[in-house]
Amino acid sequence: MKSTILAGALLAFATATSVHAQAIKLADVAELSGGGATVGTNWKNGIDLAIEEINARGGVLGRKLEVTHADSQSNPGVARAQVQKALDAEPYVLLGPGYSGSVKVTAPLAAEAGIAQIMGGEAAELTQAGNKFLFRTSFGQQSSMPKVAKYIHDDMKAKSVAVVWVNNDFGRGGRDVVVKELDRLGSKVVADLSTEAGQADFAADVGKIKAANPDAVFVYLNEEESARILKELKRQGVTAPLMGETTLIGQKVIELAGDAANGARGHVGLTTDAPVDLIKAFRDKFAKKYNYVPDHNGLKGYLAVYMVKATTDKMGKVDSKAFADALHGLTIKAADEPGILMDVTFSDTGDIDRQSFLVEVVEGKQVVKQVLPKVK
Amino acid sequence: MSNLFDLLVAGLATGAIYALVAVGFTLLWQTSQTINFAQGEFVMLPAFLMLAAMHAGAPFWLAIILGILLSMLLLGLTFKMLLVDPMMRHGVLPLAIATMALAIGLKEAVKQFFSAEASPFPSIVPTGDIAILGHNVSLQSIGVLVLAILAVFGLTALLNRTSLGHQMQAAAQNPTVARIIGVPVERMILLTFLINAFLVALASLLITPIYLAKFTSGEVLGQAAFIAAIVGGFNQVRGAIAGGLLIGVLDNLAAAYVSTQYRAAVPMIFLIAVILFRPQGLLGRAEERTV
Repeated sequence: MKSTILAGALLAFATATSVHAQAIKLADVAELSGGGATVGTNWKNGIDLAIEEINARGGVLGRKLEVTHADSQSNPGVARAQVQKALDAEPYVLLGPGYSGSVKVTAPLAAEAGIAQIMGGEAAELTQAGNKFLFRTSFGQQSSMPKVAKYIHDDMKAKSVAVVWVNNDFGRGGRDVVVKELDRLGSKVVADLSTEAGQADFAADVGKIKAANPDAVFVYLNEEESARILKELKRQGVTAPLMGETTLIGQKVIELAGDAANGARGHVGLTTDAPVDLIKAFRDKFAKKYNYVPDHNGLKGYLAVYMVKATTDKMGKVDSKAFADALHGLTIKAADEPGILMDVTFSDTGDIDRQSFLVEVVEGKQVVKQVLPKVK
Repeated sequence: MSNLFDLLVAGLATGAIYALVAVGFTLLWQTSQTINFAQGEFVMLPAFLMLAAMHAGAPFWLAIILGILLSMLLLGLTFKMLLVDPMMRHGVLPLAIATMALAIGLKEAVKQFFSAEASPFPSIVPTGDIAILGHNVSLQSIGVLVLAILAVFGLTALLNRTSLGHQMQAAAQNPTVARIIGVPVERMILLTFLINAFLVALASLLITPIYLAKFTSGEVLGQAAFIAAIVGGFNQVRGAIAGGLLIGVLDNLAAAYVSTQYRAAVPMIFLIAVILFRPQGLLGRAEERTV
């Protein structure tokens, strides 16, 4: 009797081990708490949704996807430790983090391990350091900021601009590119204000903007701080048009800032309000599963998993060492892989080329005003 | 000049909230020698209690009342009975450390049971501008300032003009003598805890629409109010009020005219100067204790 039970237990263990061995392991390190909780939670939910869909359709090359989520606490030091731990488990691909500062300190670890890292960071410098294993899910600042500066100069006709940025890798990177571009185009930066991550009180900063009396204000902060400054700009009656990037007009910002977000404009690489059928379908699926409308980070997480699928399908094998090479220069068409949502091309540096959007917040909703085509 | 006026108004509005929180520090210190390092988290929590009530379907006005009552129950009565009373027997320092632990516990609990993300919070004061001395000033700033000042005046009137207030002061100044003349000292101490809970709930109601409801939002407030209480005088309610307003204005002026990066440093430098040259605080009373 005892030996029968033992044999049964061994059989069950062997079956479980075999199923486990067949799964493709992904590791995600994201900002699940701290200042970037909005970013990380959307990113994580996007990943989970994509994996659920892919597994329901039979997985990748017949193998299921599995993911482990770790919390970086929005802290680069913690992110580094979590990524090291994740890499020790030898994942197929590393997903995340979302914050540029965390990506910067974790990218060398993934590169050393030879594991491709698909992340959400947007700082220009990330893909300029010659790292062959790092891939974006959205535009880098070197691609988006020139479009922003051009819009401020050409469409907003702003001769003077106040630039407000968050003093971290993300904010500094964007500020450097946009100030250079504004200067090149002939728009004068009349106030150049750095703010702190997690800052709660923006009264003094908005006071300085009022004093500078600019034709337009460029706001480049993280989501929660963007909401706080939008409220303060409204509170102090600043009427100059507001321009930003995805972080100024994201869903979470609109929810937090309420009326104060109305009228804000932004260049958006990814938005769930894009006039693209596949994105609309994604938005509906996400909202149904999680009971809220995702921001661009939800899209990024979703796309990251479909990048893994499309690249692996293209290779025809699960090979983590060959993954990065296969993704460089790859064009994935939405017609072939609907999960990728829009046609996208990856450069040799891991940057992406894709169509983008100019969005304005109208009565609490993102309204796409212009569609900017793929560059190549 | 217009900029300076705006900064002063915004600074006073923030400072008035610091003052509400700082008054709580001084009240607890005077009556029970409690330094509550969870005071910032005490400001964070009521907003979440009100949000929870709204999520349960309560209208905003009812959520405010429920939030304030629950705060008085949790942050006043329960805090005193379950943490302060048992720890007080071991001295001021173990109690202070226990309140630090409570601060961490409250933050983690809100993160766990509510969300790590910020949530919007409705404003009790309507948005819009009002013209004062030829300047457009936001109604929200004025509303916050007026409500905070009303609360502080109400408290001062209670302490100075009512028999209850006199009993509270007697209990704070000399509990032994107060007991001899028939003052119910324990009840007076409990009352200060309830008043502190009411003040932090009010501060929460006023500041959260601006700072957003987030589990970390008490950190900045707690620190600023602690500095304000020391600068003004830890043993005087009027000192805490003056300290709060001063730190609020100083913080805003520092951010505008010195540097945003060093805005937190300027009140700290001021604090060091006060400790060096006037350790009892600007309006505080020099105190001697048996050691």
